[in-house]
Amino acid sequence: MGGANGAERKNLRVIGKPHRKVDAASKVTGQTKYADDLVFPRMLYTKILRSTVPHGRILKIDTSKAESYPGVKLVLLGKEMPIPYGALPVSEDEHALAIGKVRMMGDPVAAVAAVDEDVATEALDLIDVEYELLPAISSIQAALDTPEPRIHEYGEFGNIHRRQVYEFGDVEAGFAEADYVREDITFYEGSTHLALEQHASVAQFGHDGKLTLWTCTQDPHYLHRSLAKVLELPQSHVRVIATTNGGGFGGKCDPFAHEIIVSKLAMMTGRPVKICLTREEVFYCHRGRHPVLMSTKTGFKKDGTITAMHHRTILDGGAYGGHGVASTFYTGVLQPTTYQMKRYKFEAVRVFTNKAPGGPKRGHGTPQPRFAQEIQMDKIAEQLGLDPAEMRKKHLVPSNSLTVNWLRVGTMGLGKCIDKVVEGSNWKERFRKLPYGKGIGLACSGYMCGAGTPIYWNNMPHSGVQLKLDRSGGVTVFCGSTEIGQGSDSILAYIVAEVLGIDPFDIRVVTADTDLTPVDLGSYSSRVTMMTGNAAIQAAERAKELLVQAVSAKLEVPADRLVLADRRVFDKENPEKGVTFVEAVWLAEAKFGTLGTVGSYKPPAAPGKFKGSGVGPSPAYSYSAAVAEVEVNPETGIVVVPRIWMAHDIGQCINPVVAMGQIEGSIYMGLGEALMEEMTYRGNRNVVHKFPSFLEYKSPTTMEMCDVITYLIEDQDSNGPFGAKEAGQGPQLPVPPAIANAIYDAVGVRIDEVPITPDKVLKAIRAKAKGQEGRYGPTVFPHCDMPASIFVPTPEEGGDGKAVERQPVLA
Amino acid sequence: MKPTKKKANGKPAKAQICLRVNGEPVEVAFAPHKTLLEVLREDLALTGTKHGCELGECGCCAVLVDGRPVLSCLVLGVAVEGHEVTTVEGMAEGAKLHPLQDAFAELGAAQCGYCTPGFLLTAKVLLEETPQPSRERIKEALAGNICRCTGYIKIFEAVELAAARMAGKPAEPSKESIYGRR
Repeated sequence: MGGANGAERKNLRVIGKPHRKVDAASKVTGQTKYADDLVFPRMLYTKILRSTVPHGRILKIDTSKAESYPGVKLVLLGKEMPIPYGALPVSEDEHALAIGKVRMMGDPVAAVAAVDEDVATEALDLIDVEYELLPAISSIQAALDTPEPRIHEYGEFGNIHRRQVYEFGDVEAGFAEADYVREDITFYEGSTHLALEQHASVAQFGHDGKLTLWTCTQDPHYLHRSLAKVLELPQSHVRVIATTNGGGFGGKCDPFAHEIIVSKLAMMTGRPVKICLTREEVFYCHRGRHPVLMSTKTGFKKDGTITAMHHRTILDGGAYGGHGVASTFYTGVLQPTTYQMKRYKFEAVRVFTNKAPGGPKRGHGTPQPRFAQEIQMDKIAEQLGLDPAEMRKKHLVPSNSLTVNWLRVGTMGLGKCIDKVVEGSNWKERFRKLPYGKGIGLACSGYMCGAGTPIYWNNMPHSGVQLKLDRSGGVTVFCGSTEIGQGSDSILAYIVAEVLGIDPFDIRVVTADTDLTPVDLGSYSSRVTMMTGNAAIQAAERAKELLVQAVSAKLEVPADRLVLADRRVFDKENPEKGVTFVEAVWLAEAKFGTLGTVGSYKPPAAPGKFKGSGVGPSPAYSYSAAVAEVEVNPETGIVVVPRIWMAHDIGQCINPVVAMGQIEGSIYMGLGEALMEEMTYRGNRNVVHKFPSFLEYKSPTTMEMCDVITYLIEDQDSNGPFGAKEAGQGPQLPVPPAIANAIYDAVGVRIDEVPITPDKVLKAIRAKAKGQEGRYGPTVFPHCDMPASIFVPTPEEGGDGKAVERQPVLA
Repeated sequence: MKPTKKKANGKPAKAQICLRVNGEPVEVAFAPHKTLLEVLREDLALTGTKHGCELGECGCCAVLVDGRPVLSCLVLGVAVEGHEVTTVEGMAEGAKLHPLQDAFAELGAAQCGYCTPGFLLTAKVLLEETPQPSRERIKEALAGNICRCTGYIKIFEAVELAAARMAGKPAEPSKESIYGRR
C-alpha cells in the first residue's frame, strides 16, 4: 500500500457504499442507552442550586434546613472542591460549585443529593444564599468600558480575557498596492447547540476507591483528566464512560460542573448518584457560538486579487474561559484557506461578560469570520462589476500549497464545488435577474479535518485503535472515540471491514471507555474520521499481515498474492484456492498466539513555527460552496429559503448516506443561525436569558427546513483514511452568508449580522426607501489597546515560518 | 384508579392503575403527580421514550395513546388508566422491524437517535391515516418533532420509502438521496 492511509486502494468493497450504521437497529428500536436511561440500585438524585444574580459575592449560605429535610442525604458546597478546572490549561477558571463569587445567572452554588428528584428539588428551596451584588456586564462594549470590577482576576487587564495579533507580511504595504480598500463591520450573534438530549450523568464510587462516571460527553479523555485533578484521585482510579450522546454539536465538550458534582457526591455518599439537567439549565451551560463583532478591511485589485486583509474580531466570551482561547484563534486563522491573499493581519480580543460562556459549536469560531468574509466578497464583486462565482474561482488557494499564514493545504476542491452549485442552481441565468423579492446568493468555505494539536501539550498519538480477533472470526475494535450521532462507531467498523475483507456487521465496536479503549481525543474539530480512521487502518493492516503470513505458509502461496475479501483469504491468481476468514484466524492464532494489534495516528507537524501556530493546522481541509435561493416579503421582512444547493469537497465518502446526513444537518444548522437562532439576554440589570426554552428559542422545524440539493465532490486527499475528509462542520459555514447575499439579490439591502430576523430586513428596506443606506448591521468597531503584532513573513516572501523582530508600519 | 391516601410524611400514597402497554396488560403504581413520560421511563423501564424539554415543546416524548400521538410529558400517568399506550419498544413485530424503523435505519434518518422514537410513532400514525402522503403533508405531520441532527431530509425520505413499501411496492431509496446529485 502507498501510505498509512490506504488511499491508493482500488476495488473498495465497503468504503464508499451505503451501509447501515452499526447502531441503527438499536436506535430505531429505542434500545440505545443514553446517560439518563441508566438506573442503579440505591441510586441518589441530584439537583443544583444556581445563582439568581449575574455577578455577586456570596456572603452566606445556610444549608441547615435542607440538610435536615427528610430524604436528603447530603448538601454539597464549593469548598469541598477547591481545585479549579477548565477545558484549556491556560484558562482553568471554573469551580464545580461557586467559591466566594458567582459570575453569571445559573452558576452552580450548591448541590443536593436525595432519595429522589422531587426531594432534591424541594430541598433546594430550603437553602438560603445571601449575595452582595456586583455590577453586571452584558455586552462587548460594556466589557471594554468597565475594567472594574473584574469578573476574573486573571487575563490581560480589566475584563479583557485574551488579545492576539498576528501579521503575515506587511499589510499596510498590501493596502498600498490595492486599487480599492474597503472595510465592513459585521456581527454574528451567539447561538446554542440545542441538542435534544439534556445533559445527564451517573457516578459510582466503589469501596476499592475507584470512580466510574457514565456521562454524555463528547470528550471523555479530557474529562478524565479534569475529574482526576479536581477530585484528587489517581487518574488510573477514574473511569469515564461516554454514553451515546443524544446530539452534541460541541455542547458536550467542556468538563461540566454537574459531572464533577455527581462524582464528588458518589465519593462522599458511597452510593450511585445521578443528575439530569433541565432544559433551562442546559441553556445556561451553553458553551455555544460566541457573539462576535468583526471588522474586515480588504485591499483588492480590479480583477478581485486580494492584496491584503486586516481582520479584527471581538468575542463576547461570557463568564468563563472554557475553550474560548481556541475559539478566539478560530475567528481568524482559517480565513486564508479559501482565496489567495498576499498579506494578512488578524487581531482578536475575547472579553468576559456575566453571561453563559461561549465555546465550541459546530464550526468552532469559524462561521462568524466566514460570514464576514463571504458577504464582503459579494460586495467586492458587485463593486468591481464581476460575477461573484467567477471572481472567487480566479483567486482560489491552489492545491498542495501553503497559505499566507503557513497552513498546508492538500487537495482543494472548491473550484469544482463552485462549478457544481453554479450549474445546478442555474446561477448565470438567475443571478441579478430575478424579480424583486426573489434572490439567489453564493458563498464558500473551508474547514479543518481535525485540529493539528491537542488541547494539552503532549507528543503522543491523537487517536489509538486496538483490534482483537477471536476464533469465531469476530473482530472487536476498541477506540476512545465518542458516538454523538455522526457515525464514528460505524466508521471504525467500515474501515476495519474493508481492510480485513469481512462485513461491517462481523465487527463489534467498543468505544469511549477510558478503562477499555485507547485514547482518542474526542468528537470535536471534525477530527474523528481522519484520526480514528487512520489509526484503524494501521491496526487492521497489522492484523491482515498476521493472517496473510499464516495463510501463506499453509497454502504455500506468496503473501503478496493473497487477498482478503468476501470473508475469505485467497490467491488472487487462483481465487478458488483459499481459506475462510475464520480458518485464517485459526491458522494465525496457532502460529502467533492470541491475536491483537494496535494502530495510532498523529497529525503532521505544523509548517508554521511561531507562537500560536498550533491553532489552524490540520491534516487536510474540506471545502464547500453553497447557493441559497430566498423569497423576501418586503411588507413583512420575512425571509423564506426554499432551496439550497451545496457542493462539498469530501475527499472520499466512507459511507455516502452518512456523509449526506452530515451535510444536510449542517445546512439545517446554518439555516437556523442565519434566520432565527440567538442567545439573547434581558438587559444589564439581571442578565437572564430571554428565552431558555425549546419553544421560544427559535430553531427550524420541518416547516422551515429548505429543500437541499447536495453534490459530493470526491478527490482523495493523501492524508485522509482512504482519502476521506470531513463533512460534519464545513458545510454549515457558507449557509448564513449565502442567505445574506441572496437577500441582497432579492431586495437590494445588506443585512450584515445574523440572525437575519424580519425586523432587521424591514428596517433596511425602509431605510433604503427613504434614500438612506439599505443596510442593517453594526457601524462601529470599538477600540481596544492591542499589543504589537507577532510578525511572520509569508511563505511567498521566504523565511521559515518563524516570527521575526519587526515594528509594524503603523504601530 | 384506587383512591390515594395521605402517607405519614404528608406525601400522597401511590396511585395504582391498569392499562395496556404495547399490547400487553400492565399494572403499575406510582406517585400520582407523575407524568406518563415518567411512568413509562421510571416505573415500567421503557426508556426508549425520551425527553428533551419536559414542557411539550420538542416532541421527543411522543407516544401513542389509543393510537393517537400525545406528548407523554404533558399527560398525567393516572390519565391513561384503561387505555392502550404504544411506545417505540412496541413498534417492531417480534424480530421484524416496522417498515418505518427499517427505512430510518437504511437512510441514516436516526443520527444521534434521541428524537427518533417520537418521529417514528408520529409518522406511524400519519401513514395509518394517509398511506401515501405528499412531502408537504409529511412536513405538517412532523412539525411538532424537533431534530437537530438530520435537517429532516433523511426523515422525510425514510417516511416516503416506508410508505411505498407498506403499499407493497419494492421501493429503494433514490440514488440522489444516497450519493447526492451527480
